[in-house]
Amino acid sequence: MKLYELTIHEAHDLLKSRQISSTELTRAVLDHIEKKDDKIGAYLSVFEENAMIQAREADQMIARNEIQPLTGIPLSIKDLICTKGLPTTCASKILEKFIPPYDATVMTKLKNAGAVTVGKTNMDEFAMGSSTENSRMHITRNPWDITRIPGGSSGGSAASVAADMCIGSLGSDTGGSIRQPASHCSVVGMKPTYGRVSRYGLVAFASSLDQIGPITKDVTDCALLMNVISGYDPQDSTSVPKDVPDFQKSLEEGLKGLKIGLPKEYYITEGLDPDVSAAIDNAVNTMKDLGAEFVEVSLPHTKYAVAVYYVIAPCEASSNLARYDGVRYGFRDKDPKDLLQMYRSTKSKGFGPEVQRRIIIGTYALSAGYYDAYYGKASQVRTLMIEDFKSAFQKCDVLLSPVTPSPAFTIGEKTDDPLNMYLSDIFTLSANLAGVPGISIPCGFSKNNLPIGLQLMGSHFNEEMLIKVAYNFEQATMFHKKKPTL
Amino acid sequence: MKITKNEIIHVANLARLEIDEASLDKVTEQISRILEYVDTLNQIDTKNIQGTSHAITLTNAFREDIVKEDLTNNQALFNAPEKENGAFVVPKIVGR
Repeated sequence: MKLYELTIHEAHDLLKSRQISSTELTRAVLDHIEKKDDKIGAYLSVFEENAMIQAREADQMIARNEIQPLTGIPLSIKDLICTKGLPTTCASKILEKFIPPYDATVMTKLKNAGAVTVGKTNMDEFAMGSSTENSRMHITRNPWDITRIPGGSSGGSAASVAADMCIGSLGSDTGGSIRQPASHCSVVGMKPTYGRVSRYGLVAFASSLDQIGPITKDVTDCALLMNVISGYDPQDSTSVPKDVPDFQKSLEEGLKGLKIGLPKEYYITEGLDPDVSAAIDNAVNTMKDLGAEFVEVSLPHTKYAVAVYYVIAPCEASSNLARYDGVRYGFRDKDPKDLLQMYRSTKSKGFGPEVQRRIIIGTYALSAGYYDAYYGKASQVRTLMIEDFKSAFQKCDVLLSPVTPSPAFTIGEKTDDPLNMYLSDIFTLSANLAGVPGISIPCGFSKNNLPIGLQLMGSHFNEEMLIKVAYNFEQATMFHKKKPTL
Repeated sequence: MKITKNEIIHVANLARLEIDEASLDKVTEQISRILEYVDTLNQIDTKNIQGTSHAITLTNAFREDIVKEDLTNNQALFNAPEKENGAFVVPKIVGR
């Protein structure tokens, strides 16, 4: 076995028993990046020197018997999570040279746990997109088929995990940006409950929807990362003061007596690929064999999720992105004739087309005369969607659905048709709007060998349930063991 | 709802963006299609429904008002495109 192929828990066992060192492991991952990333383009920056220093420090911790589950583990980080002294670009020209003077809370937690940061991963600019094609730096290719997109916006993170160019990764999910790329790359991705993980130091896109979460090679690793990054943070007043369980504990429980809901609206969606549909049917049968019961439930407002999301997210984005004005940090266009011109040319050159489109939609939907018709209306329908989830969870413990209507599309296929691109987010948006947790796990492959993912959604703060179901399914199927050939 | 080219220019200006003439038609068409799609929300009766701006109900988050370490002047200015004497520099904003 190659060291870079290890999962977090496998690497941890070998580090703990001193069969390998973090220095060796980190070196192996860095060499693999060097060899393979020209083909994939998962990384925006690789911190070789810094990573090796962290690895040596981790080895010293281990020598002092201070090993924790993430000590010495090389991770990649989506490039919108602030890393002190190391570039954080959001794949945007406007932050191309930005070096954060502080660490995001999740980074502080990873550092305290002794984890190693090997680099920052590619993404759609400011996390706006479903394919990583909106990166202003370069595209990322799907390790399973390099003519296809890896998904987005955390496409670099998912591709880096799938191609073994890290041991695990952190992404962020505003409308599916962890779950959808995880599904397209055959890895595990979790969007925690809104408020479970601190957003301090996560560059804001849509503040009421954004959450940081793990992208990993298996469900055990997901639980291990969740254990470290979760918890209340005084620096983020929207994080929730709630005890964090040991997510690893829920791995071993069985599924007997568990009720899984199938939201009927998710299965009558136009354009649901037959291979996806078949993979989900098989998954349902597997879960039945494991002792789970199935009930049909209804989330009647599902078909409005895209419309609600593409009002609320741009509204919040237009407000959040107003801060990039060329004054305090980031890009400033040269020689403006006055202040107003400085703002205009800085923003127009600094932001790419999709970001500008969303800023315009958001500004329009919040402007006088349109606020009630757009933002007001969307936020009311959001209430109805939350009610849908509440009544569904009275009938079942967890919801099961596809992650995306079809496997990964080809590069360039949807770039000229933003609405069509948005519609592919239909199954993931609701979890963000309702704040509930969701996980994507591998559940099979299409006829042309493209990964298919399965989504589980739970009630607020019930990530344990998702991890339990996901783990049982994973161990019964072992789809996660299949690797792309690079 | 259809949006006109003039409205796009107006809204872009509110957001301090410039849309160049060459892409104006395309941007207008794309945003119109999105807004027309959003109009499907009008099919839903939302009378007397309270809007949601935040999915998790939290009341005020208070903290003690104590001074703690924060960024130094140098750190805060580190990423500034232009700076002088410990301050950000911007184009002149007051006329004669």
